[in-house]
Amino acid sequence: MFNPIDLAFKKAKEENRPALLTYTVAGDNTKKQSLVILNAISKHADILELGVPHNTPVADGSQIQTSSYRAIKNGIKTEDVFWIVKKYKKNKNSKPIILMGYYNMIFQYGKKKFLEKCKKVGVNGLIVVDFPWPENKSFLKECKRKSIYLIQLLSPTTSNERLKKIIKNSHPMNYFISMLSTTGGKLKVSPKKIMLNYFKIKKINPKKNVVIGFGITEKSIKSLNKADGLVVGSAICKEITNSIQKRQNPVTNVANLVKKLKYKIL
Amino acid sequence: MKLKKGIPVIDQGNNLGFWGGKFGGNFVPETLKKPIEDLEILFNKLKKDKKFIAERDRHFKNWIGTPTRFIKLENLTKYVGGAQIWSKVVSDANGGAHKIYNATVHCLLAKRSGKKIICGDTGAGYAGKMLSMAAKKFGLKCKIFMGAKDIERQQPNVRAMKKNGAEVIPVYSGSQTLVDAVSECMRFWVANCDTTAMCVGSTVGPAVFVRICGWSTSQISRELKFQLINEFGSIPKKLKLYNCVGGGSSSFGFWNEFMDYDKKQCEFIGVEAGGPKKSKRHAAPLTYGSKIGILHGAAQYVNQNSDGQIEETESISAGLDYPGISPLHCFLKDTKRARYTAASDEDALNAYKLVTKYEKLRPSLEPSHAFSVAIKEAKKMSKNTIVVVNSCGDAYKDKKILEKRLGKKYV
Repeated sequence: MFNPIDLAFKKAKEENRPALLTYTVAGDNTKKQSLVILNAISKHADILELGVPHNTPVADGSQIQTSSYRAIKNGIKTEDVFWIVKKYKKNKNSKPIILMGYYNMIFQYGKKKFLEKCKKVGVNGLIVVDFPWPENKSFLKECKRKSIYLIQLLSPTTSNERLKKIIKNSHPMNYFISMLSTTGGKLKVSPKKIMLNYFKIKKINPKKNVVIGFGITEKSIKSLNKADGLVVGSAICKEITNSIQKRQNPVTNVANLVKKLKYKIL
Repeated sequence: MKLKKGIPVIDQGNNLGFWGGKFGGNFVPETLKKPIEDLEILFNKLKKDKKFIAERDRHFKNWIGTPTRFIKLENLTKYVGGAQIWSKVVSDANGGAHKIYNATVHCLLAKRSGKKIICGDTGAGYAGKMLSMAAKKFGLKCKIFMGAKDIERQQPNVRAMKKNGAEVIPVYSGSQTLVDAVSECMRFWVANCDTTAMCVGSTVGPAVFVRICGWSTSQISRELKFQLINEFGSIPKKLKLYNCVGGGSSSFGFWNEFMDYDKKQCEFIGVEAGGPKKSKRHAAPLTYGSKIGILHGAAQYVNQNSDGQIEETESISAGLDYPGISPLHCFLKDTKRARYTAASDEDALNAYKLVTKYEKLRPSLEPSHAFSVAIKEAKKMSKNTIVVVNSCGDAYKDKKILEKRLGKKYV
């Protein structure tokens, strides 16, 4: 299957750097504004993760929770998330889009209908935080049929045996959680240790791209730059929150932050 | 969907932990897969281990105090004038509620796995209070997550937790009640599962937690079965077991040993929290036909909007104020083994007034919901019908609410 996510990694590799992945919540702080933010960070980021907000997020720290609650309070619906992606994909410089969220949102929309809609509006990948292997086995196949990557999460607690099984059955992109934490936790493990774990995973199948996420900020991003890709989420959500509090424009502030992040890994 | 006979309900899930092929499961972040698997292996081993069971029974007997009383409510029976009304006074248990069984078992498991810290969620504060007691007894550090709204309305239990040395962490997200406390507790476990054990306070959460809790609270029906035979010579021909249902831990434990009896002989009636009469909000997903969804790691009937956002609940009783329901109860509902209905806040308060007027029993607001339906239905039943209500909590914790709603003379 062809997926523009592969091209994004290829391009970053040609430039001898990790791909930069951003995470923002759809509808944060409004439906339109979150689209403007996507357009503004497109220039600097390689792949954009877009959060589907959910109100009982069991794996998200306070920053992403704040963004999600803000979006839900503003009335964001799953249908609006698709609208944002559809509009964004009209941008000539658009990047691959990965929707990230919790399984109940997909389940209520209807698995089949959700994937059809993803295909239609141009979603390239999915991360479903609470839908792990092997529960997601059949969904993995359905995604493949639609050429949408279902990105598997790998954690420091994932056993070797399990890693092998997951990676063997995975699509060409996976996501390594840097440490035991919810999103946005302080990096409590040394970057050296994270990279050691990371290369253990890479060795299982070097052809599959593995990104690292959780706890990555402007300060720590450089120390992890040997990875295929790095995800920054909570730091961006925090920037939006801070901008709103200071009555500044979140769009320019977030764009500047992403630009700085990119500069660090060049 | 079929309930099997001769196999404990907690063991009737499939290899992925689904009861009836669709309730329960393990919808958890990858990080929790390993600790959950470890806990499953440990629990599956220990629940067959005679030494472990003997240890459990010793603590149940000497520390929790078994059996709890099984008493006839003579005056109430006379007043109602129908079936005989009895009560299993589970609030006799050390700490004042059934939550002590699950808390004790979780602490024993945590000790066996070498964990030094245990975290838990709480709504009414009973699960938290009992966990803090058990943690203290077994030398574990204890962290309790509790919604800020619940902290405000269940102060006596908060004080008890602190007295037992537990750290009570207020949760300010969402509706600031049990649902948010469980989410926050799970988040804490995600970040600390290498050093910390988690105790889910009811028969909810990932499949293994549902099983451990159901296994622990089944002590209630083990005792009751014995007490019934003692009293009547055999299990009565017409037995009706009424229990309130929030997450579903006390009701499941109250029914478990009677599962294989025909429902014409042993009927199970679960009473959910219908919320205030004038409000559209409730905590009764089974009664009001909520759709199946995923909450806290398990597929279940859950109050939610069309998009899949979990809806806020409303109930006078913090212990029932939960938008979801145990997968075990979803299974019992769809196999038609149990019947579910709801009582409103006002119904529960009236039942509390009646019970305390006629009997020396002070059921908390949670079992008052069950009393409400039991009293209503007992009126129409024959004298040889035995109605048993699980009085699974004591009203001491509800002092503030009772004073406000009913006045000082009822406190």
